[in-house]
Amino acid sequence: MTIFEKSKKGRKAYTLPPYEFEDVGNDIPEHLLREDPPELPEVHELDVVRHYTELARKNYGVDVGFYPLGSCTMKYNPKMNEDLANLDGFKYLHPYQPEETTQGALKLMYHLKELLCEITGMDDMTLAPAAGAHGELTGMLIVRAFHDSKNDTKRKKVIVPDSAHGTNPASASMVGYEVVEIKSSSEGLVDLKELEKNLDDETAAVMLTNPNTLGLFEKDIEKITSMAHEAGALLYYDGANLNAIMGRVRPGDMGFDIVHLNLHKTFSTPHGMGGPGSGPIGVKKHLTDFLPVPVVREKGGRYYLDYNVPKTIGMVRSFLGNFLVLVKAYAYILVMGKDGLKFASEMAVLNANYLRKKLSEFMKIAYDRICMHEFVVDGSYLLKKTGVKTLDVAKRILDFGMHAPTIYFPLIVHEALMIEPTETESKETLDRFAQILENIVKEAEENPEIVKTAPHKTPVRRLDEVTASRKPVFRWR
Amino acid sequence: MKKYPYIPHTEEDIEEMLKYIGVKSIEDLYAEVPVTITSDLKIPESQDEFSVRRHLEKLASENISLKDLSVFMGAGVYLRYVPSVVHHIAMKPEFLTAYTPYQAEVSQGTLQALFEYQTMICELTGMEVANSSMYDGGSATAEAVLMGLRISRGRKVLVSKAVHPEYRITTKTYVKAQGFEIIEVDFDKETGETSLDDLKSKLDEEIAVVVVQYPNFFGIVEDLEKLRNEIPENVVFVVVTEPVSLALLEPPGKFGADIVVGGGQSLGIYPSFGGPGLGFFATLEKHVRKMPGRIIGETKDVEGKRGYVMILQTREQHIRRAKATSNICSNHAHSALTTAVYMSVMGKEGLKEVAYRSMNTAHYLLKKLEEIGFERRFKGPFFNEFVFKVGGNYEKKWREMVKKKVLGPLPLAKFYKELSDCALACTTEVTSPEDVEKLLEAIR
Repeated sequence: MTIFEKSKKGRKAYTLPPYEFEDVGNDIPEHLLREDPPELPEVHELDVVRHYTELARKNYGVDVGFYPLGSCTMKYNPKMNEDLANLDGFKYLHPYQPEETTQGALKLMYHLKELLCEITGMDDMTLAPAAGAHGELTGMLIVRAFHDSKNDTKRKKVIVPDSAHGTNPASASMVGYEVVEIKSSSEGLVDLKELEKNLDDETAAVMLTNPNTLGLFEKDIEKITSMAHEAGALLYYDGANLNAIMGRVRPGDMGFDIVHLNLHKTFSTPHGMGGPGSGPIGVKKHLTDFLPVPVVREKGGRYYLDYNVPKTIGMVRSFLGNFLVLVKAYAYILVMGKDGLKFASEMAVLNANYLRKKLSEFMKIAYDRICMHEFVVDGSYLLKKTGVKTLDVAKRILDFGMHAPTIYFPLIVHEALMIEPTETESKETLDRFAQILENIVKEAEENPEIVKTAPHKTPVRRLDEVTASRKPVFRWR
Repeated sequence: MKKYPYIPHTEEDIEEMLKYIGVKSIEDLYAEVPVTITSDLKIPESQDEFSVRRHLEKLASENISLKDLSVFMGAGVYLRYVPSVVHHIAMKPEFLTAYTPYQAEVSQGTLQALFEYQTMICELTGMEVANSSMYDGGSATAEAVLMGLRISRGRKVLVSKAVHPEYRITTKTYVKAQGFEIIEVDFDKETGETSLDDLKSKLDEEIAVVVVQYPNFFGIVEDLEKLRNEIPENVVFVVVTEPVSLALLEPPGKFGADIVVGGGQSLGIYPSFGGPGLGFFATLEKHVRKMPGRIIGETKDVEGKRGYVMILQTREQHIRRAKATSNICSNHAHSALTTAVYMSVMGKEGLKEVAYRSMNTAHYLLKKLEEIGFERRFKGPFFNEFVFKVGGNYEKKWREMVKKKVLGPLPLAKFYKELSDCALACTTEVTSPEDVEKLLEAIR
C-alpha cells in the first residue's frame, strides 16, 4: 500500500513551535497564490515509521548480505563514517558561510584531495562532481577546453573500447564528441591495431577503464598511452575499477592525464539506492588551469576556495561538492592507511580469483585466466544446453537470499554475469555463493522450470516490465 | 599479519585460497601489472577508529555550525527543522547500503519510495511526470535546458539573470560544450522581476528554451502567467523553483511550464556545506521520452500483485550509450527518499505552515529593517527572501556579525556587480524573534 492510501484527513505527524510573529501580510498577487494545496499524505508519526520500515524490509543492501554486482564495488560501508558525517560541525554548514568559519571543513577537503592525488598519481583535483558519470562529463569538458586552448579544433572524436561502461560514450557525446567504439582483442583487451587505425589528429581523447570491465588489466597500457599521446590525444581513466590496484600502480604513472574516482565504490561510501555518490576528477599539471571552480587551496595555513582558475571550464554543479560523502571517504582512507588500501586491493583480487576458480568448475568463465577484482561468466552454454537464461539464473539467486551479479554487461560477452565480490567478504560467504550457483546450474539441468519462473520467495515475483514501459504509470493517482 | 576491521581474511584463509587458485603468492596474481609505486606514498599508516574519530571531531569543531548562529542566509541552501524521524528512517541500512534497483524483486522498498517521491514532486510542481532525482539544482537546470533543446530545435537559450547565479554558470558549462548559445535576460531594476521588455526584445525564431526562476534568486515571485504569455508556445518554458514555496504558490504547471526543476535540499536535508542535496526534475507526459534520469513506474508481478520497476530505460546510457538523453547513472535516490519521508511527516498542512512562516517572518523582518532605516531594493512581491540596501563595505560587517552569532544576509557583490551595495536576506520557520532582535542589533 502506498503512503497516500494510508492518509486520513486531519492526521498529522509534525509539530512546530508556537509562532510568535504577527501576520504582517504580503503583496503576492491573488492569481499566484495556490488554490488547491498539493495532496501530500496526512499521517501520524507511527504511520510514517511503519510504512518506511515495511519498505526497508522489502529491500536488499550490503548490510543484508552478499552483493556481488560487477563494476559496482559493493563493499561494506563502515558505520563510524555515518556518525562522522552526522556531526553538527559538518552537516550544519552553509556553503556561503565566511571561509574563516569553515576552516575545518575546507581543511578536510584539502587533505582528502592531497590523499587522492597521492593514491592516483595526479597533480590536482576537483571534488565537485556528484557521481562517476558527472566526473566523466567534467573530464570531457576539460579535454575539450584543453584542445580549444591550443586552437586545435579538428579533434571531434573520442575513442572508447566496446567493453566500456555506457556512461563513457554518453559523457563524451554530452560534450559534443563523436564516439568511436573499438573492438576488443580475442584476449579481451584493447586491440592495439584497432586503436592505431582509429587514432589520428581528430582524436580528442581515449577513455579507458583499467582493469577493464572483464576484470583484466590492460598489460600494454604504457604502449597505449604513448600511442595516444603521440597522436595528440588525452588519456582518460575511468576509476570504476580502481579497487583492484590501489597502492600498487597509479593511473597517473601509467600515463593517464585525467582520472575519475568513485568515492562510493573504492572508498566505501554507501550507494544509497543509487546515490548520492561523489566523483572527483584528478588531472596532471598541464590541465590544472581548466579545473571547474571552486578549487580548494591552501596558503600560509589558511584554506580557501579559489574561483580564479585561469581557463576554468566553469561550474559543473551548484555549491562545492557532496561534502558529507567526502567526510566518509576521508575517514575511510585514514582508518585503512596506505598499508590497508593496498591490502584491500589485494584481498579484492584474491577473492575474485578464488570465486572465479570455484565457479569455473561448473560454469564457463569468459577469458578464464588470472583476473583482477572481478570476472565475467559466459552463460550462453547454459542457455543452449538447458534453455535457462542469465536473467533466470540471476532471479534464482535472489531466492537463496543473495543479490545477483551485474547481468548482460559487458556487452561483448553473451549472457554475461559480471561478478565482483570485493575484499570485505569472507571465504565462507564466497563458498556459500558458489554452492548456490552450483545448485542453480544443477536445477537448470534437472528442473529448468523452477529457475525460469524464479524468483519464488521474494516480496514480489517477476514483474511485468514490458507493460510498465508501454503503458506507463508515473505516479500514484 | 596486520588486521583491518573491514577485511575478514585470516592468514589461513589467504593461504588456502591461494593454494586453491593454484598460485604461490599474492604477487603472482599481479604478475601482469607493472608496479609503478616505487617510493613510499605520502599517506599515513592505518589508524584505529577512535583516533580517526577524534581527528574528524576536531575538524568539525573548527567550523561554526549554523546551529550556533542566527541564520539569515539562504540563496539555495536553507536551514529548516528536520524532524528526528527523517534521519532515523534515512539511516536504515536496507536503504543506505542498497545499489540502484537493478533487481526489482528485492528492491521494492527503493522503487516504491521513489515512486511515491515522484508523486509528491508532481503534486508540488503541478506537472505530470517526475524522475527519481538528479544531483542538484544546478545540474538539473542544465539538463532541463539540454532537454528543451531536444524538444524545440532552436540554437539559443534565454536565461533570466534572476536565476541562481551558480545554476546559470552550470547551465552555461553544460550547454556551450554542445555548441548552443546562452543569452541572458536582464531583471527589471525596479521590481527585481525578469524584464518583460528585455525578454520580448531577445525572443526570436532561434530561441528554443526560456529559463526563469520562481521565486527568483532575489526572492521575487515572478508572474509566470505574464511571462508565459510572451513566450511562443513552441518555445520550451523551464521553471526553476524552490519546493517549499509551492505549498503556498500556484505551481508552475498551472502556467504552462514544460519542465520544472530545482534544488530539493530544503525538504528535510541538512545544509551539509552544500551537498549532497537533491535535484528534482518534472515535466509533461508528452515530453517524457526526452527526459534524462531514472523513472519508476507501477506494474504487476506474475501473480497480479502490485509492484514497481524502472521504466523507459531505452532513454538511458546503459542501453542507448552515446545516444542516451543524458549520461546520468548514479543519481541522488537517497536524498529523494529523505525528502519523501520529510514530506510524509510534514504532510499537506505542515508544509503549508512551514511555507507561511518562512514567508511571513521575512515580511516582518523587512518591516523591522525599514524601521531602522534600511531600504528594500526591489518592489516586486517576494516569498521568504528579499534584497535590501546595505551600502558599501557590508561584506566586512557581514564577517564581523558572525562574532555576534549572526550569519547575516548574503552580500550580493559576489554575484552581481550592480547590486554590490545590497544583501539577500532569508528567513525560515526556524527564525525566532530573538534571532531577529540579534540581527537588528548586529547590522545597525
